Amino acid sequence: MRSLLRLRTYAYPIRWYLAGAVLAALLASGAVLVTPLVLGRIVDGPIAHRDTGALWPLIGLLLTLGLAEAGLFGLRRILVARPLSRVEAAMRGDLYAKLQRLPVAFHDRWASGQLLSRATSDMYTLRLFLAFGFIFLIVNSLTFAVGSAVMLVLDWRLGLIVLAPTVPLMLFCTRFEGKYSLAARTAQDQNGDLATVLEESVLGIRILKSFGRHRTMARQFAQRADRLRDTELRKTRLLADLWAVIVLLPELALGSSLAVGAVLVAHDELSTGTLVAFLSTALALRWPVESMGWLLAYSNEAGTATDRLFEVLDAPEPASTHGTAGPATGDGIRFSDVRFRYPDAPDGSPDLLRGVDLHIRRGETMALVGATGSGKTTLTALLPRLYEATAGTITVDGRDVAGLEPAELRSLVAVAFEDPTLFSATVRENVLMGAPDATDAALEKALAVAQADFVADLPDGVDTEVGEQGLSLSGGQRQRLALARAVVGNPPFLVLDDPLSALDVRTEALVEAALREVLADSTALVVAHRPSTVLLADRVAVLADGRILDVGTHPELLARCPEYRALMSGALEGSVA
Amino acid sequence: MAVLEAPALTGDEEIPVPPGAPARLLRSLLGPQRRRVVLAAVLILVQQAALQSGPLLVAYAIDQGIPALRRHDSGPLVAIIAGYLGCALLSTVLQRAFIRLTGLINQDILLELRTRIFRHAQALGLDFHERYTSGRIISRATSDVDALRELLNEGLQELLSVAISVCYIGVLLLVMDWRLGLLALASVVPMWLLVRMFRRRSARVYRTGRTAVASVIVRFTETMNGIRPVQAFRREEANLAAFTESNQAYTRSNAGGLLEMARYVGSSRATANLWITAVVLVGAYLVTDRSLEIGVLTGFVLYLRRLYDPIDQLAMFLNSYQAAVAALEKISGLLAHEPSVAPPATPRQLPPGTGKGRAVVFERVSFGYRDGTEVLPVFDLTLASGSTTAVVGATGAGKSTLAKLLARFYDPSGGRITLDGVDLRDLATEELRRGVVMVTQESFLFSGTVAENIAIGRPDATRAEIERAAREIGAHDFITALPDGYDTDVRKRGGRISAGQRQLVAFARALLADPAVLILDEATSSLDIPGEQAVQHAMRTVLAGRTAVIIAHRLSTVEIADRVLVMDHGEIVEDGTPAALIAGTGRFATLHSAWRESLV
Ligand SMILES: Nc1ncnc2c1ncn2[C@@H]1O[C@H](COP(=O)(O)OP(=O)(O)OP(=O)(O)O)[C@@H](O)[C@H]1O
Ligand SMILES: Nc1ncnc2c1ncn2[C@@H]1O[C@H](COP(=O)(O)OP(=O)(O)OP(=O)(O)O)[C@@H](O)[C@H]1O
Ligand SMILES: [Mg+2]
Ligand SMILES: [Mg+2]
Repeated sequence: MRSLLRLRTYAYPIRWYLAGAVLAALLASGAVLVTPLVLGRIVDGPIAHRDTGALWPLIGLLLTLGLAEAGLFGLRRILVARPLSRVEAAMRGDLYAKLQRLPVAFHDRWASGQLLSRATSDMYTLRLFLAFGFIFLIVNSLTFAVGSAVMLVLDWRLGLIVLAPTVPLMLFCTRFEGKYSLAARTAQDQNGDLATVLEESVLGIRILKSFGRHRTMARQFAQRADRLRDTELRKTRLLADLWAVIVLLPELALGSSLAVGAVLVAHDELSTGTLVAFLSTALALRWPVESMGWLLAYSNEAGTATDRLFEVLDAPEPASTHGTAGPATGDGIRFSDVRFRYPDAPDGSPDLLRGVDLHIRRGETMALVGATGSGKTTLTALLPRLYEATAGTITVDGRDVAGLEPAELRSLVAVAFEDPTLFSATVRENVLMGAPDATDAALEKALAVAQADFVADLPDGVDTEVGEQGLSLSGGQRQRLALARAVVGNPPFLVLDDPLSALDVRTEALVEAALREVLADSTALVVAHRPSTVLLADRVAVLADGRILDVGTHPELLARCPEYRALMSGALEGSVA
Repeated sequence: MAVLEAPALTGDEEIPVPPGAPARLLRSLLGPQRRRVVLAAVLILVQQAALQSGPLLVAYAIDQGIPALRRHDSGPLVAIIAGYLGCALLSTVLQRAFIRLTGLINQDILLELRTRIFRHAQALGLDFHERYTSGRIISRATSDVDALRELLNEGLQELLSVAISVCYIGVLLLVMDWRLGLLALASVVPMWLLVRMFRRRSARVYRTGRTAVASVIVRFTETMNGIRPVQAFRREEANLAAFTESNQAYTRSNAGGLLEMARYVGSSRATANLWITAVVLVGAYLVTDRSLEIGVLTGFVLYLRRLYDPIDQLAMFLNSYQAAVAALEKISGLLAHEPSVAPPATPRQLPPGTGKGRAVVFERVSFGYRDGTEVLPVFDLTLASGSTTAVVGATGAGKSTLAKLLARFYDPSGGRITLDGVDLRDLATEELRRGVVMVTQESFLFSGTVAENIAIGRPDATRAEIERAAREIGAHDFITALPDGYDTDVRKRGGRISAGQRQLVAFARALLADPAVLILDEATSSLDIPGEQAVQHAMRTVLAGRTAVIIAHRLSTVEIADRVLVMDHGEIVEDGTPAALIAGTGRFATLHSAWRESLV
């Protein structure tokens, strides 16, 4: 529950609203307490004396109190409604912004549902806590303190008896808290798991349909949902026990004080009036005490939700730059002794890239060829710093990429990924992602380079929605849009990861012809698996064993590099191994 | 000819909710819990009685116990105290039982609802998913279910105790004095009007809230799923702006809900207090008229206040109820959406297999994704059992569409597709999926181990069978090189392994399924050439005894086919054996020679 303190940065800007709400709640409780007194007065006074004249002022007072109470009730909620939603929006916005800033390596580690549940369910818990739990925690504690003082003043002996269970109650609550927090945390995590399974099952629906595995998946989902149910039931049982203790102990104490009080009265050591007043106060404190049960539960859930939120918000963000970039020289792209290993690679395994040296001259197009899983995609990801090289330097036009702000670097380097990830937006929005202020002419040109003439046949042309992940397009159409997205702003540096794999031979040739024009002005690294793609490039680099094995033109390499020959023709398969 | 009747769901449009569907859904969820709900009601009824007797016993102790004690008779006090403690104990035990019971009811309802949504989402067709987006389904199954959870957690208890105390006190008031009682109960009318107003106004707020939270989730998941392009194309700020918009719309509607509730609570509290004042006033005059005892008025006023005590609880209940109704509307809309590719009413089985694959016939089939645009004009096609057919053609020609029809991802707009003479639409789902398996163009892996991903092909496969499948297409080596071999977690979408490796795993999955008809859609496009050749080599044995459809741009694949179909703009323009087509002068011959030249 201590974690709740961390929310103070968010609660601080709305502290006056919160204070106002607490005050309104306190005043309302005051009005509630005073009303019976006024009623008593009315009955004892004007009504008993049948004096309708004296009735009216008191009725006026009663009405005023009643309306004030109603007003305060409303005010308490009105005061916090907007500020609290601002807080919620701020927390969710911060989470989203942070996640966008965190490196890809972070996202590799985290299940998507876990992130999502933090942005939705957990925020919801926090909002409930701030809107109700927090205010009542204060109001009820204050009411309890005042009530206790009143009781002690009325009769300290009876007061002590009634207050005696406070200590064991607190001990019990502490124990409860430990267990409940654990269960609450488990439930929240399981909720995230559930969201993960759900998301995957929808994104992978084609696979599940193709193999008829909806049942298996549904069973898996049901299993997890069942686990969540068990945790929730564990929480309920804990809460039921807590509730029982919280209700029973004070009642027992009250019963005892009633017995003792009665004896005291019988021995004339206490007036009946005082005993009545004492007992009514004790009964009035019932609700503040009982409410502690769910308040505690709320606070614990909010506490673990806060923990979960800050696990992400506290995740270290690597410094945006290391060292200085230096002046631009026009040197093209240069990898010098670049080493890389994925952060989660097991200890003792060799680095994936072990000293890559490669120079792509300005305006040159370099093909990168290597076996499946040799690290081509990984190498290209280092250039726009989606991952940070473990050692070595990468420079673009002589400037160290590590010294450039990511935003600046990425405005220089455009990428066409091997999975053409599109977003559920229009063709135009998808293509112009890389250059938001590009003109329609630039859009047309990029689409022309990518041979994406099919766009004209779509129902709304460039304003057609392409569906989630672009799945209402054919594979080749998606890939061409991803290509158009990369070339749209004429970026000085281009990374194309196997950009033509989904194209038929004829379209491939057309794209290549058009691409050549674009590539003439930019420095490009093109991952290639086929000779036809290699032909786009001026020179070819062969990646094997985490190093650049050889660099040369296609014919040169064919002549001198057996690994290259094997990769390009497959003919030497067997003889190479 | 039947035209696909999928309602357009582009953008933020929602699926229409059939009238009465939310209520029906709620009933169908509560139905099986009927007995438990009744039991819970009984529990809370008795518990309330025990609880309410507390003040009564206190009064007894003072009125009877103390005087008796003064007479040195401790009997009554002891009895009263014992009664008090007994009641406390009873109410505690009952309360505890009640909480546990309602917990059970709620959790069972939620479990049922969650699994129902999940199953239904799985049953819905691809055309639906393409439009609805995963984020919105997630939002239905998480955030909307949460809203119902809140109602159940708060609601049942609140509603029951409100109903009980209102009835109890109402009767008491009428018995005490029917004139004042009627006056007091007349307050039901304005209260009810307030409730109605609140419900109407908050329904609107909450409905926009559900849509807004869905849009928050959609944006969130899409950004996280596409984090690489997002960062590479510096979309962070634009995304944040868009997200903030949805986020604020959502929290605005939350604030709207709180404000509506504030208004409701304030005004109903004011009404209640106004009414109390009125009753006191009228009562005072009645007393002055001597038509009412003072004592009765006193008791009346005390109870009257308690009549209105549950207003707050009612407000909480109404609030969660409104939120839950809005959520149930969305959920029931989703659940009421009929799958476009429905399982057959009377499923048929396939004739026993011959071990040579199955014959596939497309009869007068035509298809379009959207109304009006035909992707595949009417065509006939017969694939002999055991044959291997290559499908080639320009991108966007309709190759994948043809394959997806065969795998019954969609039903044709016209005509029928048969498998060994049985219409796919009549085929039992399990039969169909055992018979026809497609390796899709996008190789999607689930988070989980490599072995688990391959085992999707056949969940009961042993490790040895999984490894055999991997070995057959040359994936074994790279898998064993992973840190934990077959038990390596490939992470979401298989991000832990390379694109080519993902394709191999997807391929192994299909082999393990051992279908009679195997469809490979660009299954080797991301492999290096040696890898591709290894797969092609393997295919000669793997495809024996199956009907195979292979879609490929790399014509090397075509060489293992007995037959080649060339597609263009949705039509099959050439059809023949590879040798015959290459020898000819058609498109395929040109394509093939172009491809030949592109090699080395
Ligand atoms: N996020 C990751 N975490 C850990 N290991 C990874 C990750 N991504 C890839 N790998 C591993 O690193 C190696 C290189 O992967 P990479 O994607 O760079 O290969 P590639 O050369 O692009 O292959 P392909 O031609 O199949 O695309 C692979 O063996 C893969 O298993
Ligand atoms: N889910 C969909 N919704 C709407 N239109 C679609 C959908 N899928 C494909 N299309 C359209 O149908 C046409 C045929 O697509 P299909 O995927 O069958 O092409 P393909 O021959 O497989 O091409 P590729 O070689 O690029 O994969 C394309 O114009 C495409 O835009
Ligand atoms: Mg790759
Ligand atoms: Mg396709």
